[in-house]
Amino acid sequence: MKMSTANKIGKFLQYFVLIAVGIIMIYPLIWMIGATFKNNAEVFSGIGFIPMHPTLEGYKAAVTQNYGGNINIWRAFINTYSYVIPKVIFTVISSVVAAYGFSRFKFKGRDLMFSIMISTLFLPQVVLNVPQYLMYNTFGWINSPLYLPLWVPTLFGTETYFVYQLVQFMRSIPKDLDEAAAIDGCGPFKILYKIICPMLSPSLVAVALFQFMWSCNDFMGPLLYVQTPSKYPMAIFVKLSMDADAGFSWNRILALSLISIIPQLIVFFCAQDSFIDGIAAGAVKG
Amino acid sequence: MSAPAKSQPVTRTPFKRWCDENTGLFFLIPWIIGFLVFKAYPFASSLFYSFTDMNFFKGIHQYGIMNYISIFTDRKTTTALMITFKYAFITVPLKLVFALFIAYILNFKIKFVNLFRTVYYIPSILGGSVAIAVLWRALFKDTGIINTLLGFFGIQGPNWLADRNWALFVICLLRVWQFGSAMVLFLAALKGVPADLYEAATIDGASKTKQFFSITVPMITPVIFYNLVTQIAQAFQEFNGPYIITQGGPRNATTLVALLVYNYAFQSNEMGMACALAWVMFVIVMILTIIAFTSQKHWVYYSD
Repeated sequence: MKMSTANKIGKFLQYFVLIAVGIIMIYPLIWMIGATFKNNAEVFSGIGFIPMHPTLEGYKAAVTQNYGGNINIWRAFINTYSYVIPKVIFTVISSVVAAYGFSRFKFKGRDLMFSIMISTLFLPQVVLNVPQYLMYNTFGWINSPLYLPLWVPTLFGTETYFVYQLVQFMRSIPKDLDEAAAIDGCGPFKILYKIICPMLSPSLVAVALFQFMWSCNDFMGPLLYVQTPSKYPMAIFVKLSMDADAGFSWNRILALSLISIIPQLIVFFCAQDSFIDGIAAGAVKG
Repeated sequence: MSAPAKSQPVTRTPFKRWCDENTGLFFLIPWIIGFLVFKAYPFASSLFYSFTDMNFFKGIHQYGIMNYISIFTDRKTTTALMITFKYAFITVPLKLVFALFIAYILNFKIKFVNLFRTVYYIPSILGGSVAIAVLWRALFKDTGIINTLLGFFGIQGPNWLADRNWALFVICLLRVWQFGSAMVLFLAALKGVPADLYEAATIDGASKTKQFFSITVPMITPVIFYNLVTQIAQAFQEFNGPYIITQGGPRNATTLVALLVYNYAFQSNEMGMACALAWVMFVIVMILTIIAFTSQKHWVYYSD
């Protein structure tokens, strides 16, 4: 079948819009990469991204910058991952356990608890911030060197969004499998990690990936609970550096910002299908 | 005659039977603790504090509805509420329209669909980071690349972040730029619309535009609904953008409610006031969500 002229124009317009919008979307990031290799005088001299006089001075300044000898970029990375990684692991485990309880068993009060769980999806963090802060203060967790307020709650399935998603996924796994395993003498724990978890692994990966991204991006948590400069994570460190010298050292601050998101970019490009499938599956089912 | 002996009922103690019936409950113990300690208690005490003059250093000296009175009479808070509404009503529709429009085009038989999807999705993954907020400041600086670009067309761009009328718009754009995740949801929904509906409509001579509004949109209303509800809730809680990019300025033009709550609670230590304001916001979001849910039956089409 030959394409009519109208169809050809239609196709052309589709690609034109997609490419034009795509460029607008992604150009700021490309410009940012270019700007990190420019010298300071050149950063805002035009809209092009290719540096005329490529230099590494922005990067050199970014990796050597430290505030009073307490914090530098590497320290900030270590600080970030020292709570992000536990947070991711605990979120996956505690969410699976809670989802298992909700989706695989019948008992008195289950439906009520499930509705409560769903309603906490609509509970804004802003409402909880002040009492949580006061509570952590009485626990002595504020400015805790172990970042307790940032990861301890995730041990208890408090990330409702993920619990809810995993419940949806578990419901779609046929129950015959667990029943067969139960007849073979598997206890509920064994069924969970021998039968359910392997079948659920794509969703578990998606949960881990999203929690990783969101935790790396999280700004308010560390803003409230981390006050010692040597314990600052990346998010606070970048903000601090920006306030310290936006206006005279843009190549440095842009280089620092770019370095700060490189781990996230790597994770995203290695696992982009998991991200996109994860987000589509979770909500469409809901 | 040995069979009956084998099938003799196993006698279970009442405790063991209770355990069998409540195995599920056992798996929910961590969640129940988490819910009570980190959600229910803070939720209830937030409501309690909202009726006090709780101060981080001075404690409570007065009970009553004074916080709520000042929220609705003080210009600072009413302005913040107005700005937050404005922010939500600019951001949410723009984001959803963009997301649906691009998803609609991607749903035609497009080559490199995965490449496009990735490009559109990257901002959603990174957009919440401080790094992107820094980039936003560089883009919209008075001598930033947006103004340089406008200069090519002979337009003298404003000093975006210092201009009361434009600063909020810049904060909105940061969120609209992250339409990727909503787009991915729309795209998945569009793929689920049965092709025979379009074929039938084409035979009946319906134009593409007519098909879009009479077939596509009704069929994906559940996802439109989902996106709408989640985006409204998110928009009303926006904090990072104004805090990092504009610090709420110029002259409070970008002080959204979440930022004002933070300022009350952690800058001036008026925690009672902060809780009351958070509750006002919560009730507003709740009302909007309830409106959305009750209006569902008029416009959301569930196929099953």
